[in-house]
Amino acid sequence: MGRWRLLRALACTLVGIYLIAPLVVVLIISFSSAAFLRFPPPGFSLRWYANLANDPAWIDATWVSIQVLVPTAVLSTALGTAAALALIRGRLPGAGFLGAALMAPLVVPGIITSAGLYIIYRTIGLNGTLTGMVIGHVVVTLPYVIATVGSALRSLDPRLEAAAATLGAPPSAAFRRITLPLLAPAVLSSMLFAAVLSFDELIVSLFVGSARLRTVPVQMWSNIRGDFDPTVAAIASLCFLVALIALGLEALLRRRNGDRE
Amino acid sequence: MISPELGPILELRGIRKHYGRHAAVDDVSLKLRHGEFLTFLGPSGSGKTTTLMMVAGLQQPDSGQIILAGKPVDRLPPYKRDIGMVFQHYALFPHMTVRRNVAFPLEMRGTPRAEAERMVTAALAMVGLPDHGDRLPRQLSGGQQQRVALARAMVYRPALLLMDEPLGALDKALREGLQLEIKRLHREQRMSVLYVTHDQSEALTMSDRIAVFDGGRIQQIGTPSDLYERPATRFVAGFVGETNFVPAELLGREGEARRALVAGVPMPVSARFLAAPGTPAVLAIRPERLRLSAPADDDGGGVPAELVDLIYLGNARRFVLRLPGGQEWSAVMQAEAAEAVMLRPGDAVRLSWNEVHATAFPA
Repeated sequence: MGRWRLLRALACTLVGIYLIAPLVVVLIISFSSAAFLRFPPPGFSLRWYANLANDPAWIDATWVSIQVLVPTAVLSTALGTAAALALIRGRLPGAGFLGAALMAPLVVPGIITSAGLYIIYRTIGLNGTLTGMVIGHVVVTLPYVIATVGSALRSLDPRLEAAAATLGAPPSAAFRRITLPLLAPAVLSSMLFAAVLSFDELIVSLFVGSARLRTVPVQMWSNIRGDFDPTVAAIASLCFLVALIALGLEALLRRRNGDRE
Repeated sequence: MISPELGPILELRGIRKHYGRHAAVDDVSLKLRHGEFLTFLGPSGSGKTTTLMMVAGLQQPDSGQIILAGKPVDRLPPYKRDIGMVFQHYALFPHMTVRRNVAFPLEMRGTPRAEAERMVTAALAMVGLPDHGDRLPRQLSGGQQQRVALARAMVYRPALLLMDEPLGALDKALREGLQLEIKRLHREQRMSVLYVTHDQSEALTMSDRIAVFDGGRIQQIGTPSDLYERPATRFVAGFVGETNFVPAELLGREGEARRALVAGVPMPVSARFLAAPGTPAVLAIRPERLRLSAPADDDGGGVPAELVDLIYLGNARRFVLRLPGGQEWSAVMQAEAAEAVMLRPGDAVRLSWNEVHATAFPA
């Protein structure tokens, strides 16, 4: 083994440890028996998970997160797919500007988007409502859906849709039978992605939420600032598990459709 | 099987299409007869594919009229026109089996299930793929995929079948096999076909008539032998088959005979005088129409030339000849005749031709 290869292996290992270590630490602390964040823990227990299951604040937060996540994922996917189709296949005047506007939440700092939403919501009374929260989450997850579905659409041969038209398929039938089935893997994976992003979202939720409308990350945020116990580590570990499951589902989806093209 | 009594299945009247200030299609008019196999032949960018796309309804003409089966279709979207189309890259639906692909147009037309199944089976048998129905397109070779595309475009018996360079993505042997197969299907199914290609030998092999496109215009429309033997423009003479071009000066009429100075020698030219007498012209002669003779058996006529090279083509020989002006000409002779003239590189020869085979175009 050459010196460079050894050095490279070392560098990769260090970066890997750096990336994974915080996760491992949080995971271990979540099973701690101590009432404060200490590493390594003096002993192990499931008391923080039990605490999580019994604390109405956490249960409410989880319920709110789910109530936001499900409509966000569905709406964001439907709107994002439609937007990608219009931007790429349509002949919209000003499509470039429209596309840039839709993708803006990716580059505009989250706090600015959130402050903007907060100010608009105050005038129309959407702050502290589930509707307002869902709209906010759709705004920030939409760019990811447009990017994912858009890149799949760009690699989809437009002649397939032309062929469907010459064979007698009106646009609606061509979309239902040809375009949508071929985009399905991208559409489903962007829906999962939107769900995970929504579940993870903090800034918008902080701004447009209220004391009674708290998502899991908001609850974590206030928990860390108040009495700081390993319950946060337990919920963080659960969030990690959710993300892992979503990632696994996405990989499964990809493999199932992988042999398609 | 062309049926003139039925009138044209397709008529184009003054079709124009501009991209910005560039005229992609410039005043194209033609009639396609029932059962006719008409080919659009031309280099890329000549407007042939754009014209086909406008017939399909996938592009809109700026002006002009398209009449399909007696009805104007200008305002109809593709799915309401009674056409079938075969694309260069097959455009089979990758997520559907071969059977589902072929059944798709029948489904769109609401054909009853049992009848559709029967028609799909017949169509797959017609293209020689009766046992491939349950495969996916990617499990088939390019040639097989194009057969499926043919079956899919023909299964509902459209009034007109459009083909956009359907063999362009296939290798030579496969292409020639499929050319004959498409010809057979055209003959047996009595389809009207509009075919696009840039391959002149393919056009000559397959077509009842050919429309040669260049610069967005039809340069000439006629049977393969019309185009080959009596090209109407210099472009057609150069694009369809191989042609020797040489500058010549047209002389005035001497009775019925028409003559032109070629390398200083007065030579006979076709009565289809396409350039005005006394003006510079370009003479076009096919390589297989040149006659070679040794100067020894000189009868006083012919353009002197030197045999530069003799190329072995198997069934024929190609003679590369240099004229006094320095131009190189090519003559082709079948093996038997070529061996009989017994010429070798370096020999002096005389070139002559039958006047009907030399056409003069304005220079």
